[in-house]
Amino acid sequence: MTDALLEDGVEQFLDRCCSLREARVVEADESGHAAADLWKKVHASGFADALVPEERDGAGLQLASIGPIAFGCGRHALPLPLTQTMVARAALAEMDVRPPEGAIAISVAASIDSGSLTCPAVPYGLTAEWVLVPLNCGDTLLPTRAAQRTRSGGHGSLAADLYWASIPSDSIQLQKPVERIDWLSIAAALVAAQMSGAMERVTEMTIEYANSRSQFGRPIGKLQAIQQQISVMAEQSYASRSAALLGLASDSWCVHWRRAAVAKSRANDAATVVVATGHAVHGAIGITAEFDLQMFTRRLHDWRGCYGSATYWNERLGQALLDEDVSAVEFALERIRIGSTVVPGSPRP
Amino acid sequence: MIDPLAPAAIPAEDEALRIPVREFVRSYTATMTPERRARSWTGFDAQFSRELARRGWIGLTLPVEFGGAGRSHFARFVVVEELLAAGAPVAAHWIADRQSGPLIAKYGTEAQKRRYLPKICSAEAFFAIGMSEPNAGSDLASVLTRAEPASTGWRLNGRKVWTTHAQQCHFVVVLARTSGTPADRHKGLSQFIVDLTLPGVAVQPIVDLTGDAHFSELVFDDVDLHADALIGQEGSGWEQVTAELAFERSGPERLYSSIALLEHWLAVLRVRGQSGEEPRPEVLALAGRFITHLCALREMSLSVTQLLAQGRSPAVEAALVKDLGTEFEQSLPTLIGEAIASAPEQAVDPALLRTLNYVAQIAPTYSLRGGTREILRGMVARGLGLR
Repeated sequence: MTDALLEDGVEQFLDRCCSLREARVVEADESGHAAADLWKKVHASGFADALVPEERDGAGLQLASIGPIAFGCGRHALPLPLTQTMVARAALAEMDVRPPEGAIAISVAASIDSGSLTCPAVPYGLTAEWVLVPLNCGDTLLPTRAAQRTRSGGHGSLAADLYWASIPSDSIQLQKPVERIDWLSIAAALVAAQMSGAMERVTEMTIEYANSRSQFGRPIGKLQAIQQQISVMAEQSYASRSAALLGLASDSWCVHWRRAAVAKSRANDAATVVVATGHAVHGAIGITAEFDLQMFTRRLHDWRGCYGSATYWNERLGQALLDEDVSAVEFALERIRIGSTVVPGSPRP
Repeated sequence: MIDPLAPAAIPAEDEALRIPVREFVRSYTATMTPERRARSWTGFDAQFSRELARRGWIGLTLPVEFGGAGRSHFARFVVVEELLAAGAPVAAHWIADRQSGPLIAKYGTEAQKRRYLPKICSAEAFFAIGMSEPNAGSDLASVLTRAEPASTGWRLNGRKVWTTHAQQCHFVVVLARTSGTPADRHKGLSQFIVDLTLPGVAVQPIVDLTGDAHFSELVFDDVDLHADALIGQEGSGWEQVTAELAFERSGPERLYSSIALLEHWLAVLRVRGQSGEEPRPEVLALAGRFITHLCALREMSLSVTQLLAQGRSPAVEAALVKDLGTEFEQSLPTLIGEAIASAPEQAVDPALLRTLNYVAQIAPTYSLRGGTREILRGMVARGLGLR
């Protein structure tokens, strides 16, 4: 399937299946029922098995091809962890584990205390039916319906603190891989691509608003001060998209941490500018619950804060750069980009 | 809207140029100090350019029949990237290779191609850009330099300024008015190839704030030009200049202007690390930040190169990448300067300090040359559907 075909398919599907009105309903429903209903429609589309090999009835795509899906999830503010579920299902398929029906969120911060388990601030923790948790005993899928769920983000956020008094018996243990799967990098690369999609949408909305809102007798988009600000936000959004595609550059479902670092760090830097300018141009209307802008800017704020900040990833990259005795240009060209997944330190089970 | 930038990969046959170019350039630049490397763009070294030409690395995108290599823009991308990464002195052949040669190849007559292109490819003809004037900077359409029809061809009068290396180049491509007045804006402009040794041409170097004199003022006082000095169509100068600027703005040179500073800063950090002085976390994060921005910009630059390779003239995309690229280039001296000065009781490597000071002084030019930041953002805004 070509990128353009996939992109059209994703856009049509998400337009049909998940309007922003429906996304608002899911956000407001802490029971998780609305999310489970929406997931049934998403699951029926087959996108969740995009990364599963064809011999296991998936689409057999590589991560490098799913950019349009990840961007689409951001562009439509889909309130479900579709891309995360895609990777989790591919991992399960590779380990010969039958994946459950529900949506799967990724937690990278679990703590165990005398038999109880806490996963704080899990993105999509409120809407996912399962959460994948890297534990010492191996990666484990835990059912969220057995958990005590508390919304952990701001108003409307889908992040939740999850607490299990004991590990539920219907948890699914993934076969322990030889090498640990780098779920943090995977989640960072996926969320960076979603951020890029959301930033595109915020930029488009801002252009539309600037061209239609009149002040001083003309559309504000004719004012040079506004034009220059919107150009800058668009540039940031384009940069984030290019970095996000680099983050997903992989011929499997795994992610190289350095590419994830570039993608997430760049997305975070861009999001600061895009959110600020989007709101500044929209003025007070952009602050209202009714106007759609906040559906994207709230998510961008949430996503900046999960799976590593720019500083976190920058420090790791900086350490690797100084440890390896190559120039910055060689590091960028040959230690990050070259090849697909065969790069030093590439995690592969 | 501007189409999303499609990811691009350098074809293997073009990527294969990297190693031989790198080896040659590294051996040539091995003894250069970092502050000389930082002058890569303004480093005029005709001998170096001829060595490159001898290896076939100049005029890579120009037609084979005129001495070029007939290769794709990706081949040039690889060579240019390696030259700039090493801080090689590229100024002599730079303009001719990047924009004058492609301009002549696209708009020139058969005779003009035969006359200039082989010399460009052998690094015997160096070109300068004759666009800016004392009263025509960002508002390029208001140029006052005029070419009037004369018995032998054209008579040129006027002034150009900020003309890089005019004092050492052989030719300059001049944008002049051939009909109408500045009120006619984009109509009535034409381009001419002017031999800088002609009678009536005066070149006056201008010293810049770093003490270098890389640019000049040009005065044309009744300069008689042959009829074939006109390049392209009379009256099509604006369209041609726009195409030329797309070449000027789209290369990887918009990422690497400060790279010598970054590399030397890293080298100093590594030496300190070896003597047990671990870099502070904020220094690591800064180094990593430069990598994340560089990687994103390079992806974007490759996307623009792909558009060039497809035969398109990606003026808006190039403006977008250039604006971001120069912001990155200018952030290097600011942020590295901050990092260095955050340990006031520590001695600073003298070469690092000299490089920093040169780059910090010259950095404002990055977002002036080839179109100011405000002009580029205006182009992006129009591309986005504003105004």
